[in-house]
Amino acid sequence: MRDDNLFVKGLMGVALGAVLGCMATGAWAQGEIKIGEINSYSLLPSFTEPYRKGWQLAFEEINAAGGVDGKKIVVISKDDAGKPAEAQTAANELVSKEGVVMLTGTFLSNIGLAVSDFAKQKKVFFLASEPLTDAITWEKGNKYTFRLRPSNYMQAAMLVEEAAKLPAKKWATVAPNYEYGQSAVGVFKKLLSAKRPDIQWVEAQWPPLGKIDAGPVVQALANAQPDAILNVEFGPDLVKFVREGNTRGLFKNRSVVSFLTGEPEYLDALKDEAPTGWIVTGYPWYDIKTPEHAAFLKAYQSKYNDYPRLGSIVGYETMKAAAAIIAKAKSTDTGKMIAAAEGIQLASPFGEITFRKIDHQSTLGAFVGKTALKDGKGVMVDSVYRNGKDYLPSDAEVEKLRPKD
Amino acid sequence: MAFYVAQFLTGLASAASLFLVASGLSIIFGVTRIVNFAHGAFYMLGAYIAYTLTARLSGVVGFWGGIVLASLAVAMVGVLIEMILLRRIYRSPELFQLLATFGLTLMIEDIVVLIWGPDDLLGPRAPGFRGAVDFFGQQVPSYDLFLIVLSPVVLGALWLLFRRTRWGVLVRAATQDRDMVAALGVNQKWLFTSVFALGVFLAAFGGALQIPRDAANHAMDLNIIVDVFVVVVIGGLGSIIGAFVAAVLVSELNAFGILIFPKISIILVFLVMAVVLIVRPWGLFGKPEAPARKTPGLTVRPWRPLTGGERLAMIGVLIAAAALPLFGGTYALTVASEITIFVIFAVSLHFLMSVGGLASFGHAAYFGLGAYGVAFLAKMAGLPMIACLLLGPLLGLLGAAVFGFFAVQLSGVYFAMLTLAFAQIVWSIAFQWVSVTGGDNGILGVWPAAWASGASAFYWLSLGIAVLVVAALRIMTFSPFGYALRATRDSGLRSEAIGIDSKRIQWTAFVIAGTAAGIAGALFAYLKGSVFPDTVGISLSVDALVMVLLGGVETVSGAVVGAIVYKALNIWLVSQTDLSKLVLGAVIVLIAVAFPKGIVGMIEAVQARRGASTKPAVLASHIETAE
Repeated sequence: MRDDNLFVKGLMGVALGAVLGCMATGAWAQGEIKIGEINSYSLLPSFTEPYRKGWQLAFEEINAAGGVDGKKIVVISKDDAGKPAEAQTAANELVSKEGVVMLTGTFLSNIGLAVSDFAKQKKVFFLASEPLTDAITWEKGNKYTFRLRPSNYMQAAMLVEEAAKLPAKKWATVAPNYEYGQSAVGVFKKLLSAKRPDIQWVEAQWPPLGKIDAGPVVQALANAQPDAILNVEFGPDLVKFVREGNTRGLFKNRSVVSFLTGEPEYLDALKDEAPTGWIVTGYPWYDIKTPEHAAFLKAYQSKYNDYPRLGSIVGYETMKAAAAIIAKAKSTDTGKMIAAAEGIQLASPFGEITFRKIDHQSTLGAFVGKTALKDGKGVMVDSVYRNGKDYLPSDAEVEKLRPKD
Repeated sequence: MAFYVAQFLTGLASAASLFLVASGLSIIFGVTRIVNFAHGAFYMLGAYIAYTLTARLSGVVGFWGGIVLASLAVAMVGVLIEMILLRRIYRSPELFQLLATFGLTLMIEDIVVLIWGPDDLLGPRAPGFRGAVDFFGQQVPSYDLFLIVLSPVVLGALWLLFRRTRWGVLVRAATQDRDMVAALGVNQKWLFTSVFALGVFLAAFGGALQIPRDAANHAMDLNIIVDVFVVVVIGGLGSIIGAFVAAVLVSELNAFGILIFPKISIILVFLVMAVVLIVRPWGLFGKPEAPARKTPGLTVRPWRPLTGGERLAMIGVLIAAAALPLFGGTYALTVASEITIFVIFAVSLHFLMSVGGLASFGHAAYFGLGAYGVAFLAKMAGLPMIACLLLGPLLGLLGAAVFGFFAVQLSGVYFAMLTLAFAQIVWSIAFQWVSVTGGDNGILGVWPAAWASGASAFYWLSLGIAVLVVAALRIMTFSPFGYALRATRDSGLRSEAIGIDSKRIQWTAFVIAGTAAGIAGALFAYLKGSVFPDTVGISLSVDALVMVLLGGVETVSGAVVGAIVYKALNIWLVSQTDLSKLVLGAVIVLIAVAFPKGIVGMIEAVQARRGASTKPAVLASHIETAE
């Protein structure tokens, strides 16, 4: 009896040992370059699946062309389950156990920031692909972190340019109640008020992310009788908001300016109920005629038999940028990669981009256009590519925002 | 004026969808006492299946037929789950069924993505209810009016079902006293199955009716489940009318609240619940629970401290654990540190649940407060690590002292839900008070001091603290205070009669558990180097519950094993597969069936049985459950 008990009580130790044994350090293969990739695959599959397809395409192209410096690229991809703490566990596994030379990925802003802080602490190169928060390159920026996607500020500035042309004087806003929504509204208000001192902000609604009670929100917005509405809702919240808004006539005779709504990820979900005439940022893949994009589109469609989403572009360009940085550095040393990445110029399906030395933000831009209905589907029309470099504050302002390394 | 009427009607329509789902949950809980965490998953399945059916079947009949068929189909799934899974674990300790339904929820989330793909799916609008009705210049969707009419109709139908049929009489009887119903010769098996089917049907019906308003998406379940629980508790468990009134109350407060405080939605339901429970401890329409007939203490094998041999064995295990840095790499050590921290966290909740009989659904609040405590001290006051580690958990202590005072006035599920409400209030403060907490971007750069920054050093530090905490809690369990606490758990009336101030004892236990959780949170902040609001979040509270239940709630330290198994499995699966939820959920369901008393509980039961057959004298005091 007692012996059994000893054995059983010792289970704790055995379990611990067994589990950790499985996690012991992996082997380091010669002649290859390991890149560690983290994203919210299980939490946000509608965005991260096209993203994954994008980087896998780029990865195959790079290796088919002989890799980087004659070495094959190996990508080890991890899910972060949408939690900053798990993203750090994954980052740690990639760096300490797998020995990757660089981290890439992340979608949510707080996860991007968590990994960026990890990168700073462990002195690892981190190429943030999707998080939009301005903090990652400015207030909480660090020298190890670079970011690909046009930031919150840049998208706001692009939209403000259009919004300022509208005659609307009374504005209402609706945004999910978390950091992204708050800073999108904050920057937009600041920039628009600066351009148009005559406008008034008459109403602001802040439904919780993923839990919008659309009826009352729409009713409250309508009651304020704004001339124009700024929308930052996306995903299932956007669907509910648009449906209620359509039924209740909220968008009738009103201008709407909307973040991200032109991205196929969000616009396609609305099918024939997609709003028309909204000024949006997005990705009209069907309308981009440049040779760079045509080549990307052809490769993507022939590989996956599906059309690309914005996530596909982001994933594709992340991997291309990673390879370009390592190739330019001719080394996987973190310091050399940082030096190479600062100011690096490379091609993208949207045209040439640069990673700025001053704040490590890429100049990848976005398309601004209007939503319309075509064959029972939402599309973007009259879209124009806005180069990211034209929508960033002056260097003096950036230097004030960003801590010195 | 017309605007306020329109807003009121809109609130009623929101209440309708909430009520349908909540009524199902309330019925299930009332009769079977199952805290059905999977209720939101059934709601989501209803929406997805309705999407598929309404896309295939066209026309008016097709649409409404699709909605009803989808609800029936999900109800059938519910019946299968009840018969195959839940029937095996009705006799498990209280709340154990939560573990199984939690596992199911994880599985269904991944299955939905596998079947329907990752995209949000927009269903058709309801035929005949596409437009809006002009109400003095305000547009009210006709579908809203339909929902406003539907929910009292459903309420009436349920009322008739419960008042006018024999089945309904049995259900009400079982809600009041299911042991007596069983004693009177009613076949409980089928009663439970049918009740579960009805409850699941209502959940799926609620989900299917969302098709014309929402897009079917794979986050629907978690977005509704907590709100629905709250509605059920505000209304009073098992009361259908209560669920209705609570749904209307919450929805209307939200509809008008956002006009004054646009950010109120994020916390409103929890504020309402906290206020209602403090004023009316059994919800608006609930009744005080009848005193338990069985004495819970008797289901537990009498606890005893470790014998000398066992202590030696534990020391051996510890030495083995402490030797890990000799052969583990940095990653293994960091994972081991994380597991060790979760051992502290799980053990602190286990102390409250098993010794105190108080199941907290919001234990992450004190974990998170400890983490934020450290972050504030380190980043704002710039204190060194040792001082932060010593002082940071005091924030957890403080939080536990304030919230615990109110929470211990309640018992059972009401206690659990009040702790959840407090945790959500803490969470929303962490989330909203951006200037202090950084909002959801968190506080970064909380890294350990140089002496503890190595993976081995930090692991030893965590391990040392974990050993101290586990030992301290065990000592308390076998101290006079621990005996008093167990007395309040086993029989409130008798313990009061012999002069134990039960509320005070429980409050003390709550503070102790909160402080221990705070210690875990403090270490966690240093392990991750940053603190985010999700250290206070519901999912972390649920994780802690799962660890305790997995280990075995009727054991002294089962949570240690539960935490190691759950956390290690979780980290490993997330790293290995994108379908980690499916596999983890399946493993949890299997464990729930194979070990209905938890892993350690089951091992002890097997040992006791073997011990009883060979050496009956050893466990002479062993009394089987009185049920």
